[in-house]
Amino acid sequence: MESLTNRKKVVSDKPMTFMEELYLPAIFRGMKVTFKHMLQKRKTIKYPEEIRVFAPVYRGMHVLKRDEKGRENCTACGLCAVACPAEAITMVAAERKKGEEKLYREEKYAEKYEINMLRCIFCGLCEEACPKEAIFLTDRIVPTEFERNDFIYGKDKLVESIEFPIDITKRQHTGKRTEK
Amino acid sequence: MDTGLLIEKSVLVLIIFLISLGIAAYQTYFERKLAAWIQDRVGPDRAGPFGILQPIADGVKMFLKEDFIPKDADKWLFIIGPGIAMFTSLITSAIIPWGTDLELFGRTITLQVADFDIGILYLFAVLSISVYGIMIGGWASNNKYSLYGAIRASSQMISYELAMGISAITIIMLSGSLSLTDIVNKQHGMNWNIFYQPICFVVFFICSLAETNRAPFDLPECENELIGGYHTEYSSMKLGLYLFSEYTAMFISSAIIAILFLGGYNFPGMDNFSGNTLAVLSVIVFFIKIFIFIFIFMWIRWTIPRFRFDQLMHLGWKVLIPVAMVNLLITGIVIAINEGWFNEFM
Repeated sequence: MESLTNRKKVVSDKPMTFMEELYLPAIFRGMKVTFKHMLQKRKTIKYPEEIRVFAPVYRGMHVLKRDEKGRENCTACGLCAVACPAEAITMVAAERKKGEEKLYREEKYAEKYEINMLRCIFCGLCEEACPKEAIFLTDRIVPTEFERNDFIYGKDKLVESIEFPIDITKRQHTGKRTEK
Repeated sequence: MDTGLLIEKSVLVLIIFLISLGIAAYQTYFERKLAAWIQDRVGPDRAGPFGILQPIADGVKMFLKEDFIPKDADKWLFIIGPGIAMFTSLITSAIIPWGTDLELFGRTITLQVADFDIGILYLFAVLSISVYGIMIGGWASNNKYSLYGAIRASSQMISYELAMGISAITIIMLSGSLSLTDIVNKQHGMNWNIFYQPICFVVFFICSLAETNRAPFDLPECENELIGGYHTEYSSMKLGLYLFSEYTAMFISSAIIAILFLGGYNFPGMDNFSGNTLAVLSVIVFFIKIFIFIFIFMWIRWTIPRFRFDQLMHLGWKVLIPVAMVNLLITGIVIAINEGWFNEFM
Protein backbone atom coordinates (compact mmCIF):
# COMPACT_ATOMS: atom_id res chain seq x y z
CA MET A 1 0.00 0.00 0.00
CA GLU A 2 1.09 3.52 -0.69
CA SER A 3 2.40 5.10 2.49
CA LEU A 4 0.22 7.93 3.75
CA THR A 5 2.90 9.43 5.92
CA ASN A 6 6.64 9.62 5.44
CA ARG A 7 7.24 7.90 8.74
CA LYS A 8 7.21 4.37 7.41
CA LYS A 9 10.50 2.52 7.79
CA VAL A 10 11.40 -0.83 6.32
CA VAL A 11 12.62 -3.12 9.05
CA SER A 12 15.94 -4.65 8.17
CA ASP A 13 17.24 -7.89 9.64
CA LYS A 14 20.25 -8.32 7.46
CA PRO A 15 23.17 -9.99 9.26
CA MET A 16 25.57 -7.66 11.01
CA THR A 17 28.85 -6.82 9.35
CA PHE A 18 32.10 -7.63 11.10
CA MET A 19 32.53 -4.07 12.39
CA GLU A 20 29.02 -4.12 13.81
CA GLU A 21 29.62 -7.47 15.47
CA LEU A 22 32.62 -6.05 17.29
CA TYR A 23 30.23 -3.73 19.18
CA LEU A 24 33.16 -1.59 20.27
CA PRO A 25 32.70 1.17 17.62
CA ALA A 26 29.05 1.51 18.63
CA ILE A 27 30.04 1.63 22.30
CA PHE A 28 32.58 4.36 21.61
CA ARG A 29 29.95 6.33 19.72
CA GLY A 30 27.62 6.03 22.69
CA MET A 31 30.34 7.12 25.07
CA LYS A 32 31.00 10.15 22.89
CA VAL A 33 27.35 11.13 23.24
CA THR A 34 27.38 10.79 27.03
CA PHE A 35 30.66 12.71 27.24
CA LYS A 36 29.13 15.59 25.31
CA HIS A 37 26.26 15.65 27.78
CA MET A 38 28.73 15.72 30.65
CA LEU A 39 30.09 19.04 29.43
CA GLN A 40 26.73 20.61 28.68
CA LYS A 41 25.18 23.32 30.79
CA ARG A 42 22.82 21.98 33.46
CA LYS A 43 19.18 22.75 32.95
CA THR A 44 18.27 22.47 36.62
CA ILE A 45 16.73 25.40 38.47
CA LYS A 46 17.87 25.08 42.10
CA TYR A 47 14.50 25.84 43.61
CA PRO A 48 14.74 27.49 47.01
CA GLU A 49 17.62 29.74 45.93
CA GLU A 50 16.47 30.29 42.40
CA ILE A 51 12.80 30.73 41.56
CA ARG A 52 11.57 30.12 38.08
CA VAL A 53 10.03 33.19 36.46
CA PHE A 54 6.38 32.64 35.65
CA ALA A 55 4.72 33.87 32.51
CA PRO A 56 2.46 36.93 33.07
CA VAL A 57 -0.52 34.77 32.14
CA TYR A 58 0.38 32.00 34.59
CA ARG A 59 -2.79 30.62 36.18
CA GLY A 60 -2.23 30.37 39.93
CA MET A 61 -4.19 31.42 43.02
CA HIS A 62 -7.27 33.57 42.38
CA VAL A 63 -7.80 37.14 43.49
CA LEU A 64 -11.07 39.08 43.83
CA LYS A 65 -10.26 42.57 42.62
CA ARG A 66 -11.36 45.91 43.97
CA ASP A 67 -11.83 48.91 41.72
CA GLU A 68 -9.76 52.09 41.85
CA LYS A 69 -11.81 53.41 44.77
CA GLY A 70 -11.34 50.24 46.77
CA ARG A 71 -14.83 48.83 46.20
CA GLU A 72 -15.32 45.13 45.47
CA ASN A 73 -16.01 44.48 41.80
CA CYS A 74 -17.90 41.24 42.26
CA THR A 75 -21.67 41.43 41.91
CA ALA A 76 -22.32 37.75 42.64
CA CYS A 77 -23.80 37.15 39.20
CA GLY A 78 -22.64 33.52 39.40
CA LEU A 79 -21.22 33.35 35.86
CA CYS A 80 -17.88 32.15 37.19
CA ALA A 81 -19.59 29.36 39.13
CA VAL A 82 -21.50 28.36 36.00
CA ALA A 83 -18.37 28.44 33.85
CA CYS A 84 -16.33 26.46 36.33
CA PRO A 85 -15.89 22.91 34.96
CA ALA A 86 -14.73 21.59 38.31
CA GLU A 87 -17.60 23.18 40.24
CA ALA A 88 -15.17 24.66 42.67
CA ILE A 89 -16.87 28.03 43.13
CA THR A 90 -19.86 28.67 45.41
CA MET A 91 -21.30 32.00 46.43
CA VAL A 92 -24.15 33.63 48.30
CA ALA A 93 -25.43 36.96 47.00
CA ALA A 94 -26.66 39.83 49.15
CA GLU A 95 -28.13 43.30 48.58
CA ARG A 96 -26.07 46.39 49.31
CA LYS A 97 -27.45 48.34 52.26
CA LYS A 98 -27.37 52.10 52.69
CA GLY A 99 -23.94 53.29 53.81
CA GLU A 100 -22.12 50.39 52.18
CA GLU A 101 -21.50 52.24 48.92
CA LYS A 102 -17.81 52.55 49.76
CA LEU A 103 -17.46 48.77 50.15
CA TYR A 104 -19.29 47.39 47.13
CA ARG A 105 -19.33 48.81 43.63
CA GLU A 106 -22.87 47.78 42.61
CA GLU A 107 -26.16 47.11 44.36
CA LYS A 108 -25.57 43.40 44.65
CA TYR A 109 -22.47 41.77 46.11
CA ALA A 110 -21.17 38.38 47.21
CA GLU A 111 -21.74 37.87 50.90
CA LYS A 112 -19.91 34.60 50.78
CA TYR A 113 -17.54 33.57 48.01
CA GLU A 114 -15.67 30.29 48.26
CA ILE A 115 -13.26 28.47 45.97
CA ASN A 116 -12.25 24.95 46.77
CA MET A 117 -8.62 24.91 45.74
CA LEU A 118 -8.56 21.10 45.72
CA ARG A 119 -11.33 21.02 43.13
CA CYS A 120 -10.00 23.92 41.10
CA ILE A 121 -8.09 22.88 37.98
CA PHE A 122 -6.77 26.40 37.31
CA CYS A 123 -8.26 26.52 33.82
CA GLY A 124 -9.01 30.24 34.01
CA LEU A 125 -12.57 29.97 32.70
CA CYS A 126 -13.89 31.97 35.70
CA GLU A 127 -11.62 34.81 34.71
CA GLU A 128 -12.84 34.57 31.15
CA ALA A 129 -16.50 34.44 32.18
CA CYS A 130 -16.41 37.35 34.62
CA PRO A 131 -18.12 40.43 33.09
CA LYS A 132 -17.07 42.73 35.92
CA GLU A 133 -13.32 42.18 35.96
CA ALA A 134 -13.70 40.85 39.47
CA ILE A 135 -11.89 37.52 39.48
CA PHE A 136 -8.39 36.94 38.11
CA LEU A 137 -5.86 34.18 38.39
CA THR A 138 -2.43 35.34 39.50
CA ASP A 139 1.11 34.02 39.52
CA ARG A 140 0.88 33.20 43.22
CA ILE A 141 0.97 29.52 44.16
CA VAL A 142 -1.63 27.95 46.47
CA PRO A 143 0.33 26.88 49.54
CA THR A 144 0.07 23.36 50.91
CA GLU A 145 -2.04 22.63 53.98
CA PHE A 146 -2.58 19.64 56.23
CA GLU A 147 -6.40 19.70 56.33
CA ARG A 148 -8.77 19.50 53.40
CA ASN A 149 -10.98 22.23 54.88
CA ASP A 150 -8.09 24.66 54.80
CA PHE A 151 -8.15 24.53 51.03
CA ILE A 152 -11.62 26.11 50.85
CA TYR A 153 -10.68 29.74 50.39
CA GLY A 154 -13.23 32.31 51.55
CA LYS A 155 -13.36 36.01 50.89
CA ASP A 156 -10.78 36.62 53.63
CA LYS A 157 -8.14 34.97 51.46
CA LEU A 158 -9.44 35.82 48.01
CA VAL A 159 -10.24 39.54 48.13
CA GLU A 160 -7.17 41.70 47.66
CA SER A 161 -6.24 44.08 50.44
CA ILE A 162 -6.60 47.82 49.81
CA GLU A 163 -3.03 48.56 50.89
CA PHE A 164 -1.40 45.88 48.74
CA PRO A 165 -3.33 45.57 45.49
CA ILE A 166 -2.40 42.69 43.20
CA ASP A 167 -1.11 43.70 39.79
CA ILE A 168 -3.22 42.15 37.03
CA THR A 169 -2.37 44.57 34.23
CA LYS A 170 -0.61 41.85 32.25
CA ARG A 171 -3.58 39.46 32.28
CA GLN A 172 -5.49 38.79 29.08
CA HIS A 173 -9.04 39.51 30.24
CA THR A 174 -8.70 43.08 31.49
CA GLY A 175 -10.54 46.11 30.11
CA LYS A 176 -13.95 44.45 29.74
CA ARG A 177 -15.76 47.18 31.65
CA THR A 178 -14.29 50.11 29.78
CA GLU A 179 -15.14 48.65 26.40
CA LYS A 180 -18.84 49.28 26.93
CA MET B 1 61.80 -9.44 64.03
CA ASP B 2 62.69 -5.93 63.07
CA THR B 3 60.49 -3.51 65.04
CA GLY B 4 60.98 -0.72 62.55
CA LEU B 5 59.72 -2.92 59.76
CA LEU B 6 56.67 -3.87 61.81
CA ILE B 7 55.78 -0.23 62.52
CA GLU B 8 56.45 0.75 58.92
CA LYS B 9 54.22 -1.97 57.53
CA SER B 10 51.48 -1.34 60.11
CA VAL B 11 51.39 2.35 59.26
CA LEU B 12 51.33 1.52 55.56
CA VAL B 13 48.48 -0.96 56.05
CA LEU B 14 46.52 1.58 58.05
CA ILE B 15 47.06 4.32 55.45
CA ILE B 16 46.07 2.05 52.57
CA PHE B 17 43.01 0.86 54.50
CA LEU B 18 41.89 4.42 55.18
CA ILE B 19 42.62 5.55 51.62
CA SER B 20 40.67 2.61 50.19
CA LEU B 21 37.68 3.38 52.40
CA GLY B 22 37.88 7.11 51.73
CA ILE B 23 38.15 6.63 47.99
CA ALA B 24 35.32 4.08 48.03
CA ALA B 25 33.13 6.55 49.92
CA TYR B 26 33.87 9.39 47.55
CA GLN B 27 33.41 7.10 44.57
CA THR B 28 29.74 6.85 45.55
CA TYR B 29 29.54 10.64 45.55
CA PHE B 30 31.39 10.95 42.27
CA GLU B 31 29.31 8.21 40.71
CA ARG B 32 26.11 10.07 41.52
CA LYS B 33 27.58 13.35 40.30
CA LEU B 34 28.76 11.80 37.04
CA ALA B 35 25.42 10.10 36.46
CA ALA B 36 23.76 13.45 37.00
CA TRP B 37 26.09 15.24 34.59
CA ILE B 38 25.56 12.64 31.90
CA GLN B 39 21.81 13.06 32.33
CA ASP B 40 22.06 16.89 32.34
CA ARG B 41 21.28 17.08 36.05
CA VAL B 42 23.17 18.64 38.95
CA GLY B 43 23.46 15.69 41.32
CA PRO B 44 23.81 15.81 45.10
CA ASP B 45 24.65 19.38 46.07
CA ARG B 46 22.88 20.00 49.40
CA ALA B 47 25.23 18.47 52.00
CA GLY B 48 28.15 20.88 52.29
CA PRO B 49 29.63 22.89 49.41
CA PHE B 50 28.94 21.03 46.14
CA GLY B 51 27.51 18.22 48.28
CA ILE B 52 30.93 16.90 49.30
CA LEU B 53 29.57 15.77 52.68
CA GLN B 54 27.08 13.49 50.93
CA PRO B 55 29.05 10.24 51.59
CA ILE B 56 29.06 11.03 55.32
CA ALA B 57 25.31 11.62 55.27
CA ASP B 58 24.85 8.36 53.37
CA GLY B 59 27.03 6.50 55.86
CA VAL B 60 25.11 7.90 58.84
CA LYS B 61 21.87 6.94 57.14
CA MET B 62 23.12 3.39 56.60
CA PHE B 63 24.06 3.05 60.27
CA LEU B 64 20.74 4.41 61.52
CA LYS B 65 18.62 2.00 59.46
CA GLU B 66 17.10 -1.04 61.11
CA ASP B 67 19.40 -4.04 60.89
CA PHE B 68 17.02 -6.74 59.79
CA ILE B 69 17.66 -10.48 59.49
CA PRO B 70 14.87 -12.45 57.80
CA LYS B 71 13.22 -15.19 59.86
CA ASP B 72 14.23 -18.08 57.62
CA ALA B 73 17.69 -16.79 56.83
CA ASP B 74 20.78 -18.71 57.87
CA LYS B 75 21.87 -16.25 60.53
CA TRP B 76 25.61 -16.85 60.60
CA LEU B 77 26.09 -17.06 56.88
CA PHE B 78 23.89 -13.99 56.53
CA ILE B 79 26.23 -12.06 58.81
CA ILE B 80 29.58 -13.23 57.41
CA GLY B 81 28.53 -12.76 53.75
CA PRO B 82 29.11 -8.99 53.60
CA GLY B 83 32.17 -9.44 55.81
CA ILE B 84 33.80 -11.76 53.28
CA ALA B 85 32.90 -9.41 50.43
CA MET B 86 34.48 -6.44 52.18
CA PHE B 87 37.49 -8.43 53.42
CA THR B 88 38.39 -9.86 50.02
CA SER B 89 38.09 -6.55 48.24
CA LEU B 90 40.35 -4.90 50.84
CA ILE B 91 43.13 -7.51 51.08
CA THR B 92 43.87 -7.28 47.36
CA SER B 93 45.49 -3.93 48.06
CA ALA B 94 48.32 -5.68 49.97
CA ILE B 95 50.28 -6.57 46.84
CA ILE B 96 49.89 -3.30 44.98
CA PRO B 97 53.12 -1.33 44.60
CA TRP B 98 52.00 2.25 45.22
CA GLY B 99 55.23 4.03 44.32
CA THR B 100 59.00 3.93 44.27
CA ASP B 101 60.96 3.57 47.51
CA LEU B 102 60.63 6.35 50.06
CA GLU B 103 63.54 7.33 52.33
CA LEU B 104 62.33 8.39 55.76
CA PHE B 105 64.07 8.40 59.19
CA GLY B 106 67.13 6.79 57.62
CA ARG B 107 65.13 3.80 56.37
CA THR B 108 64.18 2.76 52.89
CA ILE B 109 60.45 2.24 52.90
CA THR B 110 58.94 0.14 50.14
CA LEU B 111 55.51 1.49 49.29
CA GLN B 112 54.00 -1.97 49.13
CA VAL B 113 52.65 -4.01 52.00
CA ALA B 114 53.95 -7.33 50.77
CA ASP B 115 56.14 -8.00 47.75
CA PHE B 116 55.15 -11.57 46.91
CA ASP B 117 56.98 -13.43 44.19
CA ILE B 118 53.59 -14.75 43.16
CA GLY B 119 51.67 -11.49 43.38
CA ILE B 120 49.39 -12.22 40.44
CA LEU B 121 48.52 -15.67 41.70
CA TYR B 122 47.55 -14.16 45.04
CA LEU B 123 45.44 -11.62 43.17
CA PHE B 124 43.52 -14.29 41.30
CA ALA B 125 43.14 -16.39 44.43
CA VAL B 126 41.53 -13.47 46.25
CA LEU B 127 39.34 -12.68 43.24
CA SER B 128 38.05 -16.24 43.27
CA ILE B 129 37.26 -15.99 46.98
CA SER B 130 35.41 -12.70 46.49
CA VAL B 131 32.55 -14.52 44.77
CA TYR B 132 31.98 -16.38 48.04
CA GLY B 133 30.84 -13.19 49.76
CA ILE B 134 28.11 -12.74 47.16
CA MET B 135 27.25 -16.43 46.94
CA ILE B 136 27.00 -16.90 50.71
CA GLY B 137 24.97 -13.72 51.10
CA GLY B 138 22.56 -14.71 48.35
CA TRP B 139 22.22 -18.26 49.65
CA ALA B 140 21.74 -17.28 53.29
CA SER B 141 18.97 -14.79 52.49
CA ASN B 142 16.56 -17.62 51.66
CA ASN B 143 15.03 -15.54 48.89
CA LYS B 144 14.68 -16.55 45.26
CA TYR B 145 15.82 -13.18 43.93
CA SER B 146 18.91 -13.22 46.11
CA LEU B 147 19.70 -16.74 45.01
CA TYR B 148 19.27 -15.81 41.36
CA GLY B 149 21.60 -12.87 41.82
CA ALA B 150 24.15 -15.07 43.57
CA ILE B 151 23.98 -17.78 40.89
CA ARG B 152 24.41 -15.21 38.17
CA ALA B 153 27.33 -13.67 40.04
CA SER B 154 29.16 -16.94 40.44
CA SER B 155 28.65 -18.13 36.87
CA GLN B 156 29.63 -14.72 35.53
CA MET B 157 32.74 -14.48 37.67
CA ILE B 158 33.89 -17.99 36.82
CA SER B 159 33.40 -17.38 33.10
CA TYR B 160 35.20 -14.08 33.02
CA GLU B 161 38.03 -15.15 35.31
CA LEU B 162 39.22 -17.50 32.56
CA ALA B 163 39.64 -14.79 29.93
CA MET B 164 41.09 -12.50 32.57
CA GLY B 165 43.59 -15.13 33.63
CA ILE B 166 44.65 -15.85 30.07
CA SER B 167 45.24 -12.17 29.35
CA ALA B 168 47.17 -11.88 32.61
CA ILE B 169 49.34 -14.83 31.51
CA THR B 170 50.18 -12.87 28.36
CA ILE B 171 51.48 -10.04 30.52
CA ILE B 172 53.36 -12.49 32.73
CA MET B 173 55.04 -13.96 29.66
CA LEU B 174 56.00 -10.50 28.49
CA SER B 175 57.46 -9.53 31.88
CA GLY B 176 58.88 -12.92 32.79
CA SER B 177 57.73 -12.60 36.39
CA LEU B 178 54.68 -13.15 38.59
CA SER B 179 55.67 -10.37 40.96
CA LEU B 180 53.77 -7.11 40.47
CA THR B 181 56.88 -5.12 41.40
CA ASP B 182 58.84 -6.73 38.58
CA ILE B 183 55.97 -6.21 36.15
CA VAL B 184 55.85 -2.51 37.02
CA ASN B 185 59.63 -2.09 36.86
CA LYS B 186 59.69 -3.70 33.40
CA GLN B 187 57.48 -0.86 32.16
CA HIS B 188 59.99 1.81 33.18
CA GLY B 189 59.31 5.27 31.73
CA MET B 190 56.88 5.08 28.87
CA ASN B 191 57.52 1.40 28.11
CA TRP B 192 53.97 0.44 28.99
CA ASN B 193 52.41 -2.93 28.25
CA ILE B 194 49.34 -1.38 26.62
CA PHE B 195 51.46 -0.47 23.58
CA TYR B 196 52.55 -4.09 23.14
CA GLN B 197 49.25 -5.74 24.09
CA PRO B 198 46.27 -3.55 23.13
CA ILE B 199 43.94 -6.54 22.52
CA CYS B 200 44.98 -8.07 25.79
CA PHE B 201 44.22 -4.77 27.49
CA VAL B 202 40.70 -4.63 26.02
CA VAL B 203 39.98 -8.21 27.10
CA PHE B 204 41.33 -7.62 30.57
CA PHE B 205 39.39 -4.38 30.93
CA ILE B 206 36.08 -5.98 29.90
CA CYS B 207 36.74 -8.85 32.30
CA SER B 208 37.47 -6.39 35.10
CA LEU B 209 34.09 -4.79 34.50
CA ALA B 210 32.50 -8.21 34.82
CA GLU B 211 34.55 -9.16 37.88
CA THR B 212 33.57 -6.02 39.78
CA ASN B 213 29.90 -6.48 38.79
CA ARG B 214 29.76 -3.12 37.08
CA ALA B 215 27.44 -2.20 34.25
CA PRO B 216 27.03 -3.49 31.57
CA PHE B 217 27.76 -6.70 33.50
CA ASP B 218 25.81 -5.88 36.65
CA LEU B 219 23.44 -8.81 36.30
CA PRO B 220 23.95 -10.06 39.87
CA GLU B 221 22.34 -6.91 41.18
CA CYS B 222 20.05 -5.73 38.43
CA GLU B 223 17.36 -3.76 40.15
CA ASN B 224 14.58 -4.18 37.64
CA GLU B 225 14.69 -7.94 37.25
CA LEU B 226 15.85 -9.17 40.64
CA ILE B 227 14.61 -6.35 42.90
CA GLY B 228 18.08 -5.90 44.30
CA GLY B 229 19.98 -9.04 43.32
CA TYR B 230 22.03 -10.89 45.92
CA HIS B 231 21.55 -8.15 48.53
CA THR B 232 17.74 -7.95 48.30
CA GLU B 233 17.28 -9.02 51.92
CA TYR B 234 20.11 -6.95 53.31
CA SER B 235 19.62 -3.70 55.15
CA SER B 236 21.55 -1.21 57.24
CA MET B 237 25.35 -1.40 57.27
CA LYS B 238 25.38 -4.98 55.96
CA LEU B 239 23.99 -3.63 52.71
CA GLY B 240 26.43 -0.75 53.11
CA LEU B 241 29.32 -3.22 53.31
CA TYR B 242 28.21 -4.90 50.08
CA LEU B 243 27.94 -1.58 48.25
CA PHE B 244 31.21 -0.44 49.78
CA SER B 245 33.02 -3.63 48.78
CA GLU B 246 31.84 -3.13 45.21
CA TYR B 247 33.37 0.34 45.13
CA THR B 248 36.56 -0.82 46.83
CA ALA B 249 36.82 -3.61 44.27
CA MET B 250 36.43 -1.03 41.53
CA PHE B 251 39.27 1.03 43.05
CA ILE B 252 41.53 -2.00 43.39
CA SER B 253 40.84 -3.32 39.90
CA SER B 254 41.53 0.13 38.46
CA ALA B 255 44.86 -0.01 40.29
CA ILE B 256 45.57 -3.48 38.88
CA ILE B 257 44.76 -2.43 35.32
CA ALA B 258 47.04 0.56 35.79
CA ILE B 259 49.81 -1.73 37.05
CA LEU B 260 49.50 -4.40 34.38
CA PHE B 261 48.99 -2.16 31.37
CA LEU B 262 49.72 1.48 32.10
CA GLY B 263 53.01 1.04 33.88
CA GLY B 264 51.77 1.53 37.44
CA TYR B 265 53.70 4.41 38.95
CA ASN B 266 55.98 4.86 35.94
CA PHE B 267 55.72 8.04 33.96
CA PRO B 268 57.71 9.48 31.05
CA GLY B 269 60.67 11.53 32.18
CA MET B 270 60.88 9.85 35.59
CA ASP B 271 64.68 9.54 35.32
CA ASN B 272 65.01 13.28 35.91
CA PHE B 273 63.88 12.85 39.51
CA SER B 274 65.24 10.77 42.34
CA GLY B 275 64.76 9.99 46.02
CA ASN B 276 61.68 11.21 47.84
CA THR B 277 60.58 13.59 45.05
CA LEU B 278 60.37 10.65 42.71
CA ALA B 279 58.50 8.60 45.32
CA VAL B 280 55.87 11.31 45.87
CA LEU B 281 55.54 12.01 42.15
CA SER B 282 55.18 8.30 41.36
CA VAL B 283 52.41 7.89 43.93
CA ILE B 284 50.60 10.91 42.48
CA VAL B 285 50.96 9.58 38.93
CA PHE B 286 49.71 6.17 40.01
CA PHE B 287 46.64 7.68 41.64
CA ILE B 288 45.92 9.81 38.57
CA LYS B 289 45.94 6.63 36.47
CA ILE B 290 43.63 4.92 38.97
CA PHE B 291 41.22 7.84 38.90
CA ILE B 292 41.16 7.85 35.11
CA PHE B 293 40.14 4.20 35.16
CA ILE B 294 37.53 4.78 37.85
CA PHE B 295 36.14 7.55 35.67
CA ILE B 296 36.01 5.25 32.64
CA PHE B 297 34.30 2.54 34.72
CA MET B 298 31.58 5.00 35.70
CA TRP B 299 31.36 6.55 32.26
CA ILE B 300 30.71 3.10 30.79
CA ARG B 301 28.14 2.34 33.46
CA TRP B 302 26.03 5.36 32.57
CA THR B 303 26.35 4.80 28.82
CA ILE B 304 25.73 1.13 28.07
CA PRO B 305 22.62 -0.86 28.97
CA ARG B 306 22.87 -4.20 30.73
CA PHE B 307 23.61 -7.43 28.85
CA ARG B 308 21.11 -10.22 28.63
CA PHE B 309 22.39 -13.27 30.46
CA ASP B 310 22.88 -15.47 27.41
CA GLN B 311 24.64 -12.61 25.64
CA LEU B 312 26.91 -12.27 28.65
CA MET B 313 27.84 -15.95 28.49
CA HIS B 314 28.23 -15.75 24.72
CA LEU B 315 30.62 -12.84 25.05
CA GLY B 316 32.60 -14.48 27.82
CA TRP B 317 33.02 -18.00 26.43
CA LYS B 318 32.79 -17.56 22.67
CA VAL B 319 34.46 -14.19 22.14
CA LEU B 320 36.77 -13.15 24.96
CA ILE B 321 38.35 -16.52 25.74
CA PRO B 322 39.21 -17.36 22.07
CA VAL B 323 40.52 -13.84 21.50
CA ALA B 324 42.64 -14.03 24.64
CA MET B 325 43.95 -17.48 23.66
CA VAL B 326 44.90 -16.46 20.13
CA ASN B 327 46.57 -13.38 21.55
CA LEU B 328 48.46 -15.59 24.01
CA LEU B 329 49.55 -17.89 21.22
CA ILE B 330 50.80 -15.06 19.00
CA THR B 331 52.63 -13.47 21.93
CA GLY B 332 54.25 -16.81 22.70
CA ILE B 333 55.39 -17.28 19.11
CA VAL B 334 56.82 -13.77 18.93
CA ILE B 335 58.68 -14.23 22.21
CA ALA B 336 60.01 -17.58 21.03
CA ILE B 337 61.28 -16.04 17.78
CA ASN B 338 62.94 -13.21 19.67
CA GLU B 339 64.61 -15.66 22.04
CA GLY B 340 65.98 -17.52 19.04
CA TRP B 341 64.15 -20.83 19.49
CA PHE B 342 63.51 -21.25 15.78
CA ASN B 343 66.96 -20.17 14.60
CA GLU B 344 67.97 -23.67 13.54
CA PHE B 345 64.93 -23.96 11.26
CA MET B 346 65.40 -20.62 9.53
